[in-house]
Amino acid sequence: MKSEKRRRRAGAVYCGFIYLLLFLPIAVVVVNSFNATESKPYLSWKGFTFDWYGRLLQNAGLLDAFRNTLVLAAVSTILSTVIGTVAAVGMFKYRFRGKSVIDALLYIPVVIPEIVLGIALLTLFATVNIPRGMLSLVLAHVTFCIPFVIFNVRARLDGYDRSIEEASMDLGAGRLRTFFHITLPVLAPGIGGGALLAFTLSIDDVIVSYFTNGQTKTFPLKVMESIKSGVSPDVNALSTLILLVTVLLVVLTQSGLIRRLRHKP
Amino acid sequence: MSKRRFRSSTAPVLTMVGPVSLWLVFFVAVPLLYVFVMSFCSIDENYNVVFRFTLANYRGLLDVDYLQIYVQSILIAFFATALCLLLGYPFAFLISRTFKSRKTILYMMVIIPFWTNSLIRIYGWRTFLGASGWLNQALMALRLTDSPVELLFNRGATILGMAYVLFPFMVLPLYTAIEKLDQSQLEASADLGGRRGATFFNVILPQTVSGVFSGCIMVFIPSLGYFYVADILGGGNSDVIGNLIERQFQSGNNWPLGAALSIILIAVTLLLVKLYQKCGGDIQSLGV
Amino acid sequence: MSERALVRLRKVNKFYGSNHVVKNFTLDVQEGEFLTILGSSGCGKTTTLRMVAGFEQPTDGQILVGGVDMAEKEPYERDVNTVFQSYALFPHMSVFDNVAYGLKMKRTPKGEIQKRVMEMLELVQLGGFEHRMPAQLSGGQKQRVAIARALINRPKVLLLDEPLGALDLKLRKQMQLELKRLQRKLNITFLYVTHDQEEALTMSDRIAVMHDGMLEQVGVPKEIYEAPESKFVATFIGETNLFEGMVSSVEGDAVSVAVESGAVCGRAEGFREGEIVAVSVRPERVQYSLSPVEGFTIQGLVKEQIYVGSVLKSIVVLPNGYEVRLERLAGDALPADGPVYLYWQPQDARLIHPRDQEVYHAVETAVMG
Repeated sequence: MKSEKRRRRAGAVYCGFIYLLLFLPIAVVVVNSFNATESKPYLSWKGFTFDWYGRLLQNAGLLDAFRNTLVLAAVSTILSTVIGTVAAVGMFKYRFRGKSVIDALLYIPVVIPEIVLGIALLTLFATVNIPRGMLSLVLAHVTFCIPFVIFNVRARLDGYDRSIEEASMDLGAGRLRTFFHITLPVLAPGIGGGALLAFTLSIDDVIVSYFTNGQTKTFPLKVMESIKSGVSPDVNALSTLILLVTVLLVVLTQSGLIRRLRHKP
Repeated sequence: MSKRRFRSSTAPVLTMVGPVSLWLVFFVAVPLLYVFVMSFCSIDENYNVVFRFTLANYRGLLDVDYLQIYVQSILIAFFATALCLLLGYPFAFLISRTFKSRKTILYMMVIIPFWTNSLIRIYGWRTFLGASGWLNQALMALRLTDSPVELLFNRGATILGMAYVLFPFMVLPLYTAIEKLDQSQLEASADLGGRRGATFFNVILPQTVSGVFSGCIMVFIPSLGYFYVADILGGGNSDVIGNLIERQFQSGNNWPLGAALSIILIAVTLLLVKLYQKCGGDIQSLGV
Repeated sequence: MSERALVRLRKVNKFYGSNHVVKNFTLDVQEGEFLTILGSSGCGKTTTLRMVAGFEQPTDGQILVGGVDMAEKEPYERDVNTVFQSYALFPHMSVFDNVAYGLKMKRTPKGEIQKRVMEMLELVQLGGFEHRMPAQLSGGQKQRVAIARALINRPKVLLLDEPLGALDLKLRKQMQLELKRLQRKLNITFLYVTHDQEEALTMSDRIAVMHDGMLEQVGVPKEIYEAPESKFVATFIGETNLFEGMVSSVEGDAVSVAVESGAVCGRAEGFREGEIVAVSVRPERVQYSLSPVEGFTIQGLVKEQIYVGSVLKSIVVLPNGYEVRLERLAGDALPADGPVYLYWQPQDARLIHPRDQEVYHAVETAVMG
């Protein structure tokens, strides 16, 4: 129908407009990474150059901060995924007193504003005298990552057939082996999804890190610092590189999966 | 499925659920309790926290300047939420239904921007909207205006920034709710004489209302606390409650006051969540 | 083709991309009749129905309802209502609100809505259910709400898309009779779609058999069953034995056909010697004898016999491997120790001009050797 076509076109224009708004600041960041400007606040366009990508490699502070962020994200992801997965499976299988309390506690880091969690953790660390640095950062990140891992694994557990575990034990595998050979592989997509989410949240965390970092700089916090004085384009360069890597990963996993699916008989 | 699902055996439970329980108690329950306690404490000359009970912090919250910021904060959060909802609902609907053949990639394209650091993206907006920013440079080059248009450092910019950062949190729950709609019900409504408007109000909206509430909560609450958006785009002219709290823990050095502010923020959050549950909202759908 | 036909489909074609789903479909639905479009899954019958309802537009061709061309008309602009396969009840509205929806859209006054909804609920035997929510209803009850919701608008045509598919056998049979009763009582034209041939034969005034997007045959149930015009209709409706061969001689309306396993007879007009033909005989018409019968030279060995209630079903295997099915009411079992000769009354066989290439090739190889 003609009106149907017109409606679709209008819809496509609208979606295009929204995507434009979503990607606009990113475009600005990427473009500015090629800006041959020298003086703060690095806003006017002075020509195209790859210089800043080179200068990025000389910016020890920035690279250090980025390394910290990666390490922090990796450690937090691993810890939260392990604790979260095991917990999700345990909560699914068993009934015990206090289950509803834990359930409620899980929602708190998700629902309350990040700043509240941040200052609460700061308060804890100050009182108990936990050194503020990488340690406190890891503890903080794991705290807000665990609930998301659990929710993702839970979603995958919904509809999980327990009798496959019973079959495994019937065939001679003990609880531990059953867990590793049967339970984990079946839950893998949920675990993967949760881990990915945890990683993403940790890499981009600003507010909680702001209060719990002590002197350790993470990449977002370094960016925050440089915003005050004017962000030099090597920061843009690093951000552009990160974006490229993530997009590449997504494309690879998506097409890799598709290729693998096609080859299945 | 096996009926012996709820077999209670202590050893496996402790090993599996123990770690997370301990973690939640130590790193969520205890700190929040401590904040609560601290909100009734005082500070000495060296800005150290002293365990002397006082209600001064809560009284201080009623300061006129603070009240103004609460109102401002709620207004900013409200408009950011409204903006996200108005822009996000049709968007989620279009992706889920109209363009459903491409929905995976369209959905991905919403998520991808959020893998770039949010600070740098907010800064990107500043670069674009600033007085010597790109938009103004373009406008002046096109002779549409003589002097730079002041787009930044006001509440509007902060609202835009909040809406921008929190947009996916509105789109996700909306998308989930819209996905669950049964196409044949929409057809039935049309079949029975309902034009598009009637179908929307009678069939679509009532069944996606939970997604709407969920999305609104996931945008409104963080908006009250995102101090860096208010800083970068609002430039101190559009402080939100988060800014007040941040100040007490950094330059203000008045942790108990900051704690009191945080307790108020938690109270507001709990109120909204309870309201959401009362209206039939499912707490499970928040955050996934 | 009557000029007073209520729904007229004229050379309707539907393409999904390069997929030709409905091919040159032409059909008239008479006012007040119960017409079923019968076909297997994927034959295009649901697509055809949806085009009449307005959820799809024909790529080519015309659809007229009550003399009005439906091109470009939205579903809500058509005087046609649909009963969906999944019922599509609005889960957040009560039974009353569901049934009243169509009237609400027409801005019918509240008093009248109240009266008509209660009447309609009584009619479908759901009186007292008006405040229930769909989640509280059984499958059969949801079914009736869906019917009530559609009928209350007094549409020119009621479209039903396999509405009984999800019900258990007993309930389905009950609903079939109820639907028929409703249709007769209200005298509304029903256009029904199903893959269940028994259902079609039970309920319909006329059946339109659809296969691979095309209309194979349309007629009253008796015609469809006893006088199939194509191989597909013959095999789809009821069980049949199909012999493919070539006409060996014609005398008046007596036709002799040479099939792979021998010679058989039939009675039909319009066949010439040498023509390719398919002979369709229902199992209940096949008879056996211990000695050859004039005109028939097919014989085989009894493979299987089963008693199903009051009926004896037997399978006789011919030398070429083809299994002939026989059905007799009780009586003695067929002898299993030697060859049996099969025959039938020539007028009980149905001779069909084959339309598909497939038959031509099969016959060529079988008869020409």
